[in-house]
Amino acid sequence: MQALTNKAQAVSRKPMTFLERLYLINILKGMMITFSHMFKKQPTIRYPEEKREFSPVFRGLHVLNRDEEGRERCTACGLCAVACPAEAITMEAAERVEGEEGMYREEKYAAKYEINMLRCIFCGLCEDACPKDAIYLSETFAPANFTRKGFIYGKSDLLIPNPKTEATAFAEAKGVEA
Amino acid sequence: MTILALDWGFIVEKLIMIAIVVFASLGIALYTTFGERKVAAILQDRPGPSRAGPFGLLQPLADGLKLIMKEEIIPNAANKWLFILGPGLAMTASLMTCAVIPWGSAIDVFGRHVELQIADVNIGILYVFAVVSMGVYGIMIGGWASNNKFSLMSALRAASQAISYELAMGLALIALLMSTGSLSLKTIVEQQVQGNWWNVVYQPLGFLIFFITAMAECNRTPFDLPEAENELNFGYHQEYSSMKLGFYLFAEYINMIMSSAIMASMYFGGYDLPFFNEASVAPNIAAMIGVGTLLIKIVLFIFLFMWIRWTIPRFRYDQLMGLGWKTLIPLALFNMLLTGALILAKL
Repeated sequence: MQALTNKAQAVSRKPMTFLERLYLINILKGMMITFSHMFKKQPTIRYPEEKREFSPVFRGLHVLNRDEEGRERCTACGLCAVACPAEAITMEAAERVEGEEGMYREEKYAAKYEINMLRCIFCGLCEDACPKDAIYLSETFAPANFTRKGFIYGKSDLLIPNPKTEATAFAEAKGVEA
Repeated sequence: MTILALDWGFIVEKLIMIAIVVFASLGIALYTTFGERKVAAILQDRPGPSRAGPFGLLQPLADGLKLIMKEEIIPNAANKWLFILGPGLAMTASLMTCAVIPWGSAIDVFGRHVELQIADVNIGILYVFAVVSMGVYGIMIGGWASNNKFSLMSALRAASQAISYELAMGLALIALLMSTGSLSLKTIVEQQVQGNWWNVVYQPLGFLIFFITAMAECNRTPFDLPEAENELNFGYHQEYSSMKLGFYLFAEYINMIMSSAIMASMYFGGYDLPFFNEASVAPNIAAMIGVGTLLIKIVLFIFLFMWIRWTIPRFRYDQLMGLGWKTLIPLALFNMLLTGALILAKL
């Protein structure tokens, strides 16, 4: 029979020698191997106390960004929803009225902005699609929840804290990624 | 008024000894389960239980509490009395062994000379044998009473394994008894304390056979066929829940401690600390050092048991029987004849 690959090796059918049949020496060898593992470094990360560093390009939970003056950048253009392959994003637009200039950067804004974290595949296409730099993926992931409804994140969950009023919370949320 | 001319102090002393030994073995067994999990984890490059208490030290207590809180289930088709008797018997048999183990030489308390042994019977080893072979009844009865085919199969395996390996164990011991000339564990240990060498030097083959058979008697891997998860689901304690299951699991660890203690006493000098002159310190301190030495030897043996468990896979049933009948028994017979010949030749 022709071998499919050249990796095949002939199995040795040689009868065992007396020492091999004694079995004890091989057991001792095996025990030495397990013993040597006592001094190996454990790869375990003790999760809640220790956390693994994510790479800087990690795509985690979404954040709706604000500009330097604390105004929401999102204009509810819907490009992210169009780009989303999982159809996880829905939004409703509204028009900015007089006196809301400090809250929204442009005349149009997202009155409702929801991402279903059960549908989201964290591909980051929304981030790429956004012309206003309003949405980006952070370095955290969506925590567990008891209900499906709990995974639909609204604006209150997604919006980054206001850099003007809550500077420390903003810096914390921003993390290393600009 | 001397109807009962008893030495009441003697009874009190023995009762205290029994209480201490039983509770100490239970406590050690509790932490042996923890040790097993830790050793397994470390040998497999994991940290092991570390959440309950500092370094996970409260883990065995949490496990025990969990077992007690679980629902007690007795299957409808089970034989109720035997079902309850099984784990009790397993536990009793494994705890009874500790009666003849000499834990130390002797201490003087309140003007009394207290031997650190519950009963120095002159047939100590025979007693151990009798009790150890009773241990299989716990498994047999539990497996039979469960009215479950897997449990029954496992009970059958346990019984045949125990019978096969007890023979080799007995033959290995006969060689030891021929060289020591005594059945009393205390005498055997004292001989090793006074003599130059431990018995393992005179009986290396005998020790090896005894060690292997002891592992089989404790149903430890590689001889844990009665508990084979993959073909018997769980073995003889499959139908058991709550603390009855706990008793079975616990009995295994106590068996392990007891066989470690017996091996330490018979082959490794018991409470004898090598290169140390017991006469150079006060007798009480010497006795305590002896107890500590024996405990260290027991811990080392338990570690060896665990180390083997997490290294070697389980035997197949025919391999088990082949090893028992075709290898260990002839070897033990050979060892016996060799010992006899050497004694005759006055070597």
